[in-house]
Formats: sequence, structure tokens, C-alpha cells
Amino acid sequence: MDLRYGEKYEAFRAEVRAFLEGWPLQGDEAKLPEQEQQALFRRRGIERGFVYRHVPVEYGGSGGEPDVILDQILQEEYAGSGAPGNLLTQGAAMLAPTLLEMGTEAQKQRFVPKALTGEEIWCQGYSEPGAGSDLASLSSRAELVGDEWVIHGHKIWTSGAEKSDWMFGLFRTEPDAAKHAGISYLLIDMKSPGIDVRPLREMTGGALFNEVFFDGVRTPAENVVGQRGQGWQVSRATLKHERNMIGNPNQTRHMFEELVALARKGDGNAGPGLSDPHVRQRLAELEGYLLSQEYTAKRILSATARGELEDVMLPMMMMKLHGTNLRRGLSDAGFDWIGADGLRELLDEEQVPYAAGTPGAWTARMMSAIAIAIAGGASNIQRNIIGERGLGLPRDLRAPKG
Amino acid sequence: MDFGLSEEQRLLQDTLRNFAGQECPLPRLRELFEAGQGHDPELWKGLVEIGVGGLALPEAHGGSGLEVLDLALVAEVLGEAALPVPFLGHALAGLAIAWGGSEAQQAEWLPKLATGDVTATVALLEGSSAWQPEEWALAPGASLRGEKRYVPDAARADLLVVGTQGGGFALVETGDPGVSWTAEEGLDRTRGIAHLHLDGAKAEALPGAGAAARVRDAALAILAADAFGAAWRLLRMTIEYAGTREQFGTPLAQFQGVKHQIANAATSLEPARGLWWYAAHAVDQLPDRAPHASAHAKAHLTDRAIGAARDAVELHGGIGYTWESDVQIWFKRVLFDRTFLGGPEVHRERAAQISGW
Ligand SMILES: Cc1cc2nc3c(=O)[nH]c(=O)nc-3n(C[C@H](O)[C@H](O)[C@H](O)COP(=O)(O)OP(=O)(O)OC[C@H]3O[C@@H](n4cnc5c(N)ncnc54)[C@H](O)[C@@H]3O)c2cc1C
Repeated sequence: MDLRYGEKYEAFRAEVRAFLEGWPLQGDEAKLPEQEQQALFRRRGIERGFVYRHVPVEYGGSGGEPDVILDQILQEEYAGSGAPGNLLTQGAAMLAPTLLEMGTEAQKQRFVPKALTGEEIWCQGYSEPGAGSDLASLSSRAELVGDEWVIHGHKIWTSGAEKSDWMFGLFRTEPDAAKHAGISYLLIDMKSPGIDVRPLREMTGGALFNEVFFDGVRTPAENVVGQRGQGWQVSRATLKHERNMIGNPNQTRHMFEELVALARKGDGNAGPGLSDPHVRQRLAELEGYLLSQEYTAKRILSATARGELEDVMLPMMMMKLHGTNLRRGLSDAGFDWIGADGLRELLDEEQVPYAAGTPGAWTARMMSAIAIAIAGGASNIQRNIIGERGLGLPRDLRAPKG
Repeated sequence: MDFGLSEEQRLLQDTLRNFAGQECPLPRLRELFEAGQGHDPELWKGLVEIGVGGLALPEAHGGSGLEVLDLALVAEVLGEAALPVPFLGHALAGLAIAWGGSEAQQAEWLPKLATGDVTATVALLEGSSAWQPEEWALAPGASLRGEKRYVPDAARADLLVVGTQGGGFALVETGDPGVSWTAEEGLDRTRGIAHLHLDGAKAEALPGAGAAARVRDAALAILAADAFGAAWRLLRMTIEYAGTREQFGTPLAQFQGVKHQIANAATSLEPARGLWWYAAHAVDQLPDRAPHASAHAKAHLTDRAIGAARDAVELHGGIGYTWESDVQIWFKRVLFDRTFLGGPEVHRERAAQISGW
């Protein structure tokens, strides 16, 4: 065991740090609109090899050799600096890796670069009113007419659909095939005629997800990812990236530090200066879970670097459930400790997401911890995966194979 | 960066697993458990032959020169197997002498510990608590007078490392006329405990300062590893049982209530593996981090392990609550790991203080 990164990697870290000192931008550049500043900085990062490091240059990345340790150092440094690095959007974090793995050359060139920069915003059209956990029972359908897919159906809980340019989604294309075998993974321009996006209001008061209706919407035949009828396999690749994003410890570490600061301030229910033994115990117990998450991430990273992923299959399956349990624990504590400020409703949509350090942030987190326990495969589904695939327990009584 | 085990470390664990499987199958373990001595000389002899006696002792003194992490990896397997051997006390006493002993003390004792000619243990607690170096009240000197409680694996030890006032250590041979024992009936029948009486026992202080705190940290990491191994063993037993026991015409494991309970227990345990890995590694390589890391490892692991152990007993149903069932062997092993040298709350509070909260 050796937790040092070694000279080569520390030298890389030093270069990254020096580069990150360029944020925030100075002089005339600081007068540009926020969006443009971020784009400018990210472009420089790509040139230096510090943003989308291992994505090939022709698809908008830095074209570096695969090296998970370099990726890790970049993650650590960006997380600490607040500088804009890799976007964590559905397009950049989920669609782009899926296309790089399974898309055609034309799809990679057309879609990946703009997904990475955020020039084109993507949404994920999987869930339907009758197909959530049992996603393979979806019924929205697409039919190949000439050189176009013609789509009819209804998607729901589609995050960000109202501001998206494109959707990657699952549609039934082979009505006679078995449940999992009849689905295709399609890319659809959200400005196409026949699409109707209707906001769904969340319990927080915000409206970050939507219903999407398709009435004869058309998308070119070549906008199918993977083979027709293989959409299920393609969507597994995307979901893997979604779960990794949710199980990532950077955000929980940050939330934990904020929680300690809140408890130290103690102007709500926590008692001043971290003096309350219950508060101290609760924090320390949460830290035990946080450290578990961090060390598991390190184990997975090391095994990946060594090419011995089978060693960590079980903890990898556990990351989403562990991470969402932890977020619930952290945000519950924060909500409890803000005290009576937790009585205030969060109806100011302008403020979502609520600024860190404000009471509203804890109220919002307390609720969003539930959202991530549902999205990307609900906790019970994770338990099934861990139990059946991880621990070898038998399948559910009535769940059909697939 | 490599946060994982080396080939040699895996090999060590495989060797120990094979040894435990061959030399202490369940019926034998059950006999030893019923006998309640907490110790099997043959098993210990076999382990010493594998090199466990001097695993983390310097090569110059007959040891293998490995690290506390390797000791913790041994502890994981011993916990899995609930092996009744005096490993804990012996390993800690060895570390105390290696870290705090004079050159002459090391040269005299370490080779004998490594070969198993001498079995040693540590005498730390003075009451139901007082296990921390700064809490010891026993007056140091050329002879010792006083009591030590819950001394692990004491009955078979030849040599004692006794904690004294101010965080010191002293060597006492158990053959000395000033040493006597009252064996206690231990809850964990795979590891004996005893009440030690020192009545003018001849003692020799270890000169090295700071060894005691390090030994404590190593002990916490080792206990956490043992609990982890024992809890995983219980989960595996439960997975097997739930796969074969039928109720309502189907194996228990097919009911989600059961499956999810097992998945939850496993998910609270497995991601915590890195806590004891890191704590043990820190004792060797990252001394600044060791007190915080080992406090967390002990608190979190033994807490999660007891949760898993409870689920295991419960999921075995009525049979699981009988003396006849083997689950009690590991359940009690975890209880020992949790209780010995301070429970989760104590260590969480320590971790909080170390963090400057
Ligand atoms: C904030 C948020 C954002 C989302 N964003 C998107 C998005 O962008 N795109 C998209 O396509 N979808 C999105 N979703 C939808 C999400 O993927 C689904 O809600 C989720 O898969 C669960 O499906 P469901 O809501 O139909 O619940 P159901 O499948 O009806 O499940 C309800 C409950 O029953 C449990 N359950 C279901 N089946 C089983 C089983 N076999 N065993 C045990 N328990 C079971 C589940 O754990 C859950 O708790 C989002 C959801 C949320 C909350």
C-alpha cells in the first residue's frame, strides 16, 4: 500500500495548481459575462490537457493517454479551487462517454464536442408514467418510416427538458420482440415539431423536471446509438455513468465541511462551538460513513489503475446506495441544526439552488437527498442489485428475467 | 498511488484461511468454544510456524519486518475464523518492545516472541475503563504493585507488557512470584481474559517514550479488522442459511425483506474496509494521522459490525438465538472487539477532539 502519488504525479498536480491560479479571470476578461468567462477558462484547460483530459482532441478533449490517477488529481484540484472544469451535465457526464464507447464516428464528431462544452444541452428521456424502476416495460414507440424514426409517446420526470437542445432516450422499436430486446436508443432534437414539454412542479417548489409528449416527432435514422433493438444495453452504459456521478465523494466531503461549520456557529439547534455531545457524536458518526465513501473511491481507483476491477465489483455496486444514505444523513443533520429557519418554505425559484451557507441550502438538500435516492435507480433497486448480483441471493419472486 | 493489497498480502491471507479451514473446522472450533479456555496451543503453534509470531517485528531480531497493516490483515482472517489463539496480546506486546524497548530488551525478547518460545500479552485496563496510556495509574518502578483487568490471553502468557503511570510500559515475567491471576469467564470464548494481581512483581521499564500511544492505535486498527472479518463471516453464514431455509414454500433469501436486510448490512460494512486498512497503514507510515484514523476505524467498524451481527442472528430466526447455533461464536467475538479498549462513543469523542471540534 502506498498512498503517495509519486513524483511524476505530484509534478502534474503542481502544474494544475499553477494553471488554476488563472481563475477567477483578471483585467478585461473579468468583465465578460460569467458564461463566457467559464467557456474561455475551460477552453484554455482543454488546450493545456487539464479538462476532458482523456477525450480525443477530435471530439473536443485534450487527447491525453488514459490514466485514472491523472484524472483523479484533476478532480481533486478542480474540486478544491472552484474553477470551471469538466461540466457535470447529463450531456457531458452521461451522453458523451456513452457515445465515445458505442456511437458511430459521425455521432461522436457531431455530438460529443458540443455536449462537453455545454453548447448543446441534453436531457435523458428514459422514464415513463408506467415505466420507472421497471424501465424495460416502456411503451413510447418509434417506427422507421423511410429514413426517419417517427415517435409517439410520453416521457416523464425528464430533468432539464425545458432548456435542452437534445434528448437521448429509449423507445420501443420492435413491438414483437421480447421486453428488453425491442428498445432502441435515439437522439432527438428538442426543437422538432410534435414535441411538447410541460413542467412538473417538484415538492421543493422548483420545476427542474418535466413531462415530454411526442406526437409524430421525427428524427433521422442515423440517430440511433448502437444497433436498433440494443437500446437496453446502451442505456446500461449511460446509467453506470449516472450512478458514478451520484456516488462521487467530492460533494459529500464539501457538505460535511459545511455541516461542521454550521455546528460550530451553532446559532440554530446545534449549541454553540460544537459543545453539544449529541452533535459531536452525530458528526463523528457521519464522518465514519464519509471516510468509508472516500476510501472506497480510493480502492476503486487503485483497482482501476491496476486493471483489476473484479476485486472491487461489490463495493462499486454499493456506491450509489452508500452515497445516498450518507447524503440523507448529512442533510438531515443540517436541517435539524438550522433550527426554526427550517420552517420557511422555499418558493423562490430564482434562488434554486440555494446558496451554500444559507439555511435554505439545508432545506433544499434535505429534500434533494430523497430525489437522488429515487433517480438513477431507486434505493430498493440498488438493494436488489447488491443482493442478487453482488451477494448471489436468488432473484425476486415474480420479477421476470432480463 | 495504490490503496490496495499486494500479492504477498493476499498470499498471507490465503495461507491463513487455508490453515484455519484445515486445522480448526467448525466441530473443532465448537469444542474449543465449549471448553471456554479461549486458547488452543496447537493452533497457535501452527500460526507461529507460518510466521505470525514475529510478523511485524524487525528482521534483525528474527521477525519478518512487515507492518501493522499486515497484522490487521491477519486479524481479519482470525476474526473470520474466530480462531482461539493469543494473537492480539502477543502482537501488541511485540510492538511495544520493538517500539519502546532498549536494544538489549529487543535482543533478548523479540527473537523468542518470533519463534513462539515465549508468548506475551499486554496488561492495560485498570478498571472497566482506564485503557488509555494517559489514564494508567499503576506506579512505575523496579517492582509493581496493583491490579490490571481484562488482560487478553493471559493464562498462557510467559511475558507481560504492563502499562504504567505516565504512559510507560514495563516488562514482567509471569513466572515471577509477585504475579498471580484470577481467570475470568469471558463472554468471547475464543479469547480468554484474566484479572492480574501484581504484588511486588519484578519489573523492567521500557525506555522508549511514545510507544504506548502507538501501540494503542495499532490495537484499535487490529480490533477493527477482527470485527470486520467476524461480521463478514456472519453475513456469509446468513446468505447461505437464507438460501436454504424455506418458509412459505420458498427460500428465505427470495423475500425482499430478507434480501434487503442482508444488502443493507453488507453495504454498511464493506465500504468501511478502507477505514481499518488506512488506520493500520497510518500507524506505520503516517504517524500524524494514526490517532484520528484508528479512533474512527474502531468506532465505525465495530458499530457497523455489531449491526451486521445482530441482523445475522435475527435472520437465523429462533435457531440463531440458541446456544447450539454457531452464530453466537462470532456475535460474541464482535462484542469483544467493540468493547475492549473503548466503545464507539468514546472513540467518536476522541476523533472529535483530535479534529479540533
Ligand atoms: C429528481 C429526479 C430527477 C429525475 N430525472 C430523470 C431524468 O432526467 N430522466 C429520466 O428518464 N428519469 C428521471 N427520473 C425518474 C427516475 O429515474 C424514476 O423516478 C425512478 O427510476 C423510479 O421510478 P418510478 O418513479 O416509476 O418509481 P416506481 O418504479 O414506481 O417505484 C416506486 C418505489 O417502489 C420501489 N420499487 C420499485 N420496484 C421495486 C422492486 N422490484 N423491488 C423493490 N422495490 C421496488 C422503488 O424503490 C421506489 O421506492 C428522475 C427522478 C427524480 C426524482
